[in-house]
Amino acid sequence: MTAAAQNQWMSERSAPLVPRGPLVWLRANLFSSPLNIALTVLSLAFLYLIVPPLLDWAVFDAAWRGSRIEDCPDREAACWVFVQARWPNLLYGSYPAPERWRIDLVFALGALGVALLMLPRVPRKGWIGAALLTAYPLLAFALLIGGVFGLRPVPTTEWGGLMLTVVAATWAIVTSIPLGLLLALGRRSPKRLTRWFCIGFIEFWRGVPLIAVLFLAVVMFPLFVPPGLEFDKLLRALVAFSLFNAAYMAEVFRGGLQSVPAGQYEAARAVGLGYFRMMAFVILPQAVRVSLPALVNTCIGIFKETTLILVIGLFDFLAAIQASMADPAWLAGEHVRTSGYVFAALGFWAFCYGMSRYSRYLERRI
Amino acid sequence: MRWGIPAPAVPPTSPASLHSAPSPPASGRRGFSVWRDPRQRSILIQTFFAVAVFAVFAFLAWNTAANLARYNIKVGLQFLERPAGFDILQTLLPFTERSTYGRAFAVAILNTLVLSAIGIVIATILGFLIGLARLSSNWLVARLAAIYIETLRNIPLLLQIFFWYFAILRPLPGPRQSLSLGGTVFLNNRGLYLPSPIFESGADLVGVALLLALLAATAVMVRARWVQARMGHRPPGGRIAIGMVIGLPLVAAAATGFPLSWDVPALAGFNFQGGAVVIPEFVAMVVALSTYSAAFIAEVVRGGVLSVQHGQVEAARAVGLREGAIYRLVVIPQALRAIVPPLTSQYLNLTKNSSLAAAIAYPDLMHVFAGTVLNQTGQPFEVMALTMGVYLGISLAISWFMNWYNRRVALRERPP
Repeated sequence: MTAAAQNQWMSERSAPLVPRGPLVWLRANLFSSPLNIALTVLSLAFLYLIVPPLLDWAVFDAAWRGSRIEDCPDREAACWVFVQARWPNLLYGSYPAPERWRIDLVFALGALGVALLMLPRVPRKGWIGAALLTAYPLLAFALLIGGVFGLRPVPTTEWGGLMLTVVAATWAIVTSIPLGLLLALGRRSPKRLTRWFCIGFIEFWRGVPLIAVLFLAVVMFPLFVPPGLEFDKLLRALVAFSLFNAAYMAEVFRGGLQSVPAGQYEAARAVGLGYFRMMAFVILPQAVRVSLPALVNTCIGIFKETTLILVIGLFDFLAAIQASMADPAWLAGEHVRTSGYVFAALGFWAFCYGMSRYSRYLERRI
Repeated sequence: MRWGIPAPAVPPTSPASLHSAPSPPASGRRGFSVWRDPRQRSILIQTFFAVAVFAVFAFLAWNTAANLARYNIKVGLQFLERPAGFDILQTLLPFTERSTYGRAFAVAILNTLVLSAIGIVIATILGFLIGLARLSSNWLVARLAAIYIETLRNIPLLLQIFFWYFAILRPLPGPRQSLSLGGTVFLNNRGLYLPSPIFESGADLVGVALLLALLAATAVMVRARWVQARMGHRPPGGRIAIGMVIGLPLVAAAATGFPLSWDVPALAGFNFQGGAVVIPEFVAMVVALSTYSAAFIAEVVRGGVLSVQHGQVEAARAVGLREGAIYRLVVIPQALRAIVPPLTSQYLNLTKNSSLAAAIAYPDLMHVFAGTVLNQTGQPFEVMALTMGVYLGISLAISWFMNWYNRRVALRERPP
């Protein structure tokens, strides 16, 4: 290279051509190698085999209008008429019809509170959260069970459907969070006795299946309480839920607590904070923030597990659908049954998928 | 206080004098210092805690004793010796109506274990496949895997079990219109009919040959690894080992005239004769458990593979490894470290979830023992304690095994 050439400006050149466009995308993502071509072809064949029949079954051939099983003549298609006809039952169980506004009110208030908590820009979240955890459950319980403010009492045996699922899940979540937090703190306590007790408690509940715990609550609970004292079956199941899920929540919070570096503890001690102030103002705000995604995942698990109460004879959302299938008016057909399960699956899926999206969103924000 | 006005002449009072004045000084100060001294406070709190825990347990125990006396229930395990008087749908041990409750307990445990073991194997294979598909560079395959995971994970397992059992398997046609796979495997509303192997004379020789081949293959592999560690080059161990494991039993089988035949189920009258039958409850449970858990395992696998830094793959490419070898020798061993601990908890969940079998009356521990036996004997205390003990035991065994495995694959930072 000569000196003259070095002193010259390099001539302008356009940016290198990056191949773009749908064809390039297709080649890079679907047909990059013989194996990928084979996989793509197989996937397309699979989709062709699955999707059109599924759409036919669920949408095009399905029965949408009517009120009786005779309105669903096509046994190879979904029968959404069934879901429509049993709709109030699926939502409210056998809660007396004139009183159902109480359930609506409770859920509307709850949804409002949760929505306020989830929106990032709402001020005073602490107060909303506190109200949601203290005043709201009392109010909700009073409204649902009745007997106060001149409301007609409704025994828990008449509760059911989606309402019971949501009540059980909410109860389990709301009670297991503080219990789990206490257990997690106890597990990390330097006091040996407290630590051993908490480890034993957590590992016991985590080692046994929930269904065994529910059996225990139904069969054994009457043996544990003073003779002659009778407990509501729903209450027994709810107590079991609290204890069982508290153990799982404790592990969630343990993960969060472990993520707080030791320097934070030492710094809190150094500025003269005692144990409770150190926890409340320094450690827990950081630990809870880290454990939020896992906490939401545990909440999803709890929500799914509430279906197990049907095994001990309570009528949750799934049990309401099962019971509707056993209704003589709808007994004649598997397509009714399949439609019922698919609808229940869609319902649960919507709740859980929504929560899991929210947990991803939290993960990104933290 | 305002300036300019002289303060009233009040004698200064110190906290100490306030304390010591009315009461004897010693006791007052001690009560204060117990709360101030961290060690004594800790002892006080722990004592208080112990008393509280003890009180709760004592209260429960006292109530239980009173209730047992009231209902006239005798505590003890003698009931395990009594005849059960009911039949079990699926038994791996000989079981009749005259067998004891103790035998029913064993049969039920085996049913739970078989279900969990098969579920774990299928869920692991399916989960790894879907997890890797989720990471595939093929957009369509990755999307399909994601849809599978997001659908199955977000629907309650119990609902999925009901779906498979009540909506798919129960409405299947009867034996005469069975779904058939090549005329050897049949599926109908009574269950899954599989051909079962019949061992003729000489079959044990093949078994011995297989055992010998396995031992020899292990020896060859160990020696190959040893040679590689010492000499730096690897002798051809794998092919020899595979050849021996396949070849030796084949030679033995040929020598004894192939002593294995299959008992293929065949339609006779209204039902199938011969072969092995798997009850529909078991099929529904295996399908539901393994597909559900596979979704979670796929996420675990995906997380594990993603946790391996990309530099590792690039370094492996730089030293000239082929794509397959990169995965086998570089990515998977490192990913396993991140995969094994959460995989353990998935296995534990699957085992505990197998108890949902009680909801469709598959004869597992929960259904047979905590259900039928509890109702028949009226011994809730012992039955529930045994049931929970077995589940706790299985959980401990799985976590012990997986911890052992985890220690094997864990990163050894420095030689001890």
